[in-house]
Amino acid sequence: MDMQILKELTELNGVSGNEEAVRDYIKNRITPYTDGIYVDALGNLIAYKKGKSSNIKVMLSAHMDEVGFMVTGYTDTGLLKFTNIGGVDERILPGKAVLVGKDNIPGVISAKAIHLQEKEKFKRNWKMKNLYIDIGAEKKEEAEKVAPLGEYIAFKSEFQEFGKNCVKAKALDDRVGCAILMEALKETYDFNLYACFTVQEEIGLRGAETAAYTVKPDIALVFEGTTCSDVPETDKHLHSTRLGKGAVITIIDGSSYADKDLVNYIYNIAKDKNIPVQFKETATGGNDAGKIQRTRAGVKVAIISVPCRYIHSPVSLMAKSDFESAMKLAVETLKDMSSNGDNLKKLLKEDK
Amino acid sequence: MYELLNRLTQTFGVSGNEEPIRELIINEIKDKVDEIKTDALGNLIALKKGNADAQNHKKFMIAAHMDEIGVIATHIDDKGYIRFSNIGGVSPYTSIGQKVEFKNGITGVVSYEQKLDDIKNLKLSKMYIDIGTKSREETEKFVKIGDTACFCGSFVKQGDFAISKAMDNRAGCAVATEVINILSKTGTDNDIYFVFTVQEELGLRGAKTAAYQIMPDYAIAVDVTRTGDTPESHIMEVKLGEGPAIKIKDSSILCHPAVKSLLEAAAKRANIPYQYEILEGGGTDVGAIHTTGGGVPSGAVSIPTRYIHSPTEMISLKDLENAAKLVAEAVR
Repeated sequence: MDMQILKELTELNGVSGNEEAVRDYIKNRITPYTDGIYVDALGNLIAYKKGKSSNIKVMLSAHMDEVGFMVTGYTDTGLLKFTNIGGVDERILPGKAVLVGKDNIPGVISAKAIHLQEKEKFKRNWKMKNLYIDIGAEKKEEAEKVAPLGEYIAFKSEFQEFGKNCVKAKALDDRVGCAILMEALKETYDFNLYACFTVQEEIGLRGAETAAYTVKPDIALVFEGTTCSDVPETDKHLHSTRLGKGAVITIIDGSSYADKDLVNYIYNIAKDKNIPVQFKETATGGNDAGKIQRTRAGVKVAIISVPCRYIHSPVSLMAKSDFESAMKLAVETLKDMSSNGDNLKKLLKEDK
Repeated sequence: MYELLNRLTQTFGVSGNEEPIRELIINEIKDKVDEIKTDALGNLIALKKGNADAQNHKKFMIAAHMDEIGVIATHIDDKGYIRFSNIGGVSPYTSIGQKVEFKNGITGVVSYEQKLDDIKNLKLSKMYIDIGTKSREETEKFVKIGDTACFCGSFVKQGDFAISKAMDNRAGCAVATEVINILSKTGTDNDIYFVFTVQEELGLRGAKTAAYQIMPDYAIAVDVTRTGDTPESHIMEVKLGEGPAIKIKDSSILCHPAVKSLLEAAAKRANIPYQYEILEGGGTDVGAIHTTGGGVPSGAVSIPTRYIHSPTEMISLKDLENAAKLVAEAVR
C-alpha cells in the first residue's frame, strides 16, 4: 500500500488550535474531488460531495489536530517553559526533540545528564514543571524573539517504515483518519457526503461539535487512530486492541455508545469482504463521535479505527495492514451504503 | 401502580440497550396518547395534546429515563470467563457475588480474582463473570463482546415499601405512565410530551437530543433521589415515605423558581405531601434539558430511594403514587 500521503500528513505539524498546515495540505489535494469546500469559524475543513439521488446526509469525521505543547515562559538563560496541549505522558518527555513555531525551530526537552543527578531524584518520574525546552538561545530576550509566548510546539519525528509491516510516526492519531477521508472523497455516492476534517479533538472534541451542528447528518462515521495495549505488563483482558488484527470497531467508549445496528452492519461488511476486523475491548477513551451523536436531535454514529501503540508520543506505531483494513472497510461500507440504498434507509429507521 | 412497577423494574434496559423496556412502555401507553415515536438515539417520545385555544397554553416536557445501570462484556478468556466494564455507576463492592442477566436471558455470577492482595484494591478490571462454561468457544455461543447484562434483583412488596433492581429509574417511568393515565381521565390544557429517555446513566445523553426536538416551555424530570434516613448516613433532608421531593438543586441543575413554584402550588392545591430535595452528588435529565437551545425553565420531582445503584433499591409506594398525582396536577 502506498504510504506517501500518510508520511506527508504525519510530518506536518498541527497541534490543536494550530491545524493550518494540515488543513492547507488536505484542502489542496481534495478540492478537485468535491462539490463544495469551506473552512468554518473554528477551523474545521468541511468538504461536500453531492449525492446522485438520495437526500440522506452521511458525515465522515477525522480530526486534523495532534497533541503537543505551548510556550508559557522563559528562564533568564533562554530556556522555554511549556505546557501540554492534549494528553501527554510527561514521564516520556525528557530527551525528546521538538519543533517550535511555524519556522520549525529545533529544540530539545532538557534533562540533566545522568552524571549530574542525585540518586534519590533519579528514581523520581519527571514532571513537566521541572522540564525546559532548549532552543539554543543564550538569554530570555533572544528566546522571546524566536519563540513568543503562546507559540506552538510539536514533537519532531520522522515517518519510518520498518519490520515487515510497521510504521513509526508522530500524529498517527489522527492523520490515519484524515488519509482515509481523503481516499473516500475520490468516489461519488448516491447519498450526500460531508467529509469533516475537524479541529481541537484532543482538547475536548471541540471542532466536531460545531461541524456536526452545521452539517446536520443522518449518520456519521468517525475514523480514528486508537490505543493499542498488547504490550508486556498489560493483562490480556485489558488489551484494548491488537496490532495486526485488523480495523477496529468501537462498541462503547467514554464518550459514545455506537449505534448497534450500524456496528453490526459494518462488521458484516468486513466479514463479507474478508477484511480483518476486531472490536475494541475496553470501554474508556473518547473521540468526536461523543459530540456528533448528541448534536441537534441525535445522530447515529459508528467508529472505525487503526490500532496505534504508544499513542500520543512521538513514536506511535501501527501495522500497515491495519491501516489498509480500515481504509478498505471505509470504502466498502460507503460503497454498500451507496449501492444498497435500502440498507441505509433501514439503518435510519425511526419507528413511528 | 405496583403491578406496573413490578413489570417495569424486571424488564431489561441497560443504557444503550433500551429496546425491551421501550417495547413494554409503548404497549402500556400507545392507546392513551395522540402521537408516539422513537427517535435516532432511541428516546420514546409520546405527545398528549392539550387544548390549543386554552388560556396560557404551554408545551411541557416530562422526562423519565428508562435505562438502568449494568455491565458490558469486553473480553472472553480461554477458559470462558467474561471480563466486563461498567455501564453507568457500578460499584465493584456492590457487584461481588451478584447475579447478572444478559439480554438473551443467560445468567452469570460476578466474582473477583482471588489473588487480590487487599479488597481495598478491588476494581472492575479485577473482576469477571462466570456463566458456567468451560471454554471461550462455549461462552461465545451465549455471550459476545459488546453484550450487556443487568443486575438481578427481584421485586418485593412489603407493606408500603418495595425493593427491586432498576427502581432507578423505572419508578420514574411508572410515575410518567401513571400521569398519562390520570390525564386521560382529567384531560389537559397543555401539550405534554412524555419522553422516556435513553442513556441517562452515561451522561444525560438522550434527554439532550430529545429536548432539542421538542423545545418545550417547561421541563420536569421524574427520577429517583437519595435519602438521609438510614443509620449514620450522609446528611440529606429527604426521607422515604414523606412524599415526593421537589428538587431545588443537584450537581446538574439549579431548578428554575417558576417550575419549583408550579410544583409547590400543585401540591398544596391537591393536598399532596411533599419534601424538598438538595442532592449534593449526582444529576438528572433536566441537567441536559435546561441548557438546550435558548434555555428551558426546568425542575424535577424525585422519588426518595434508598440503596441507589444496587440490586435492592427501596422506595415507598405511597411516595410513588403521590409523585404521579403531583406531576399530573402541576402540568395539566
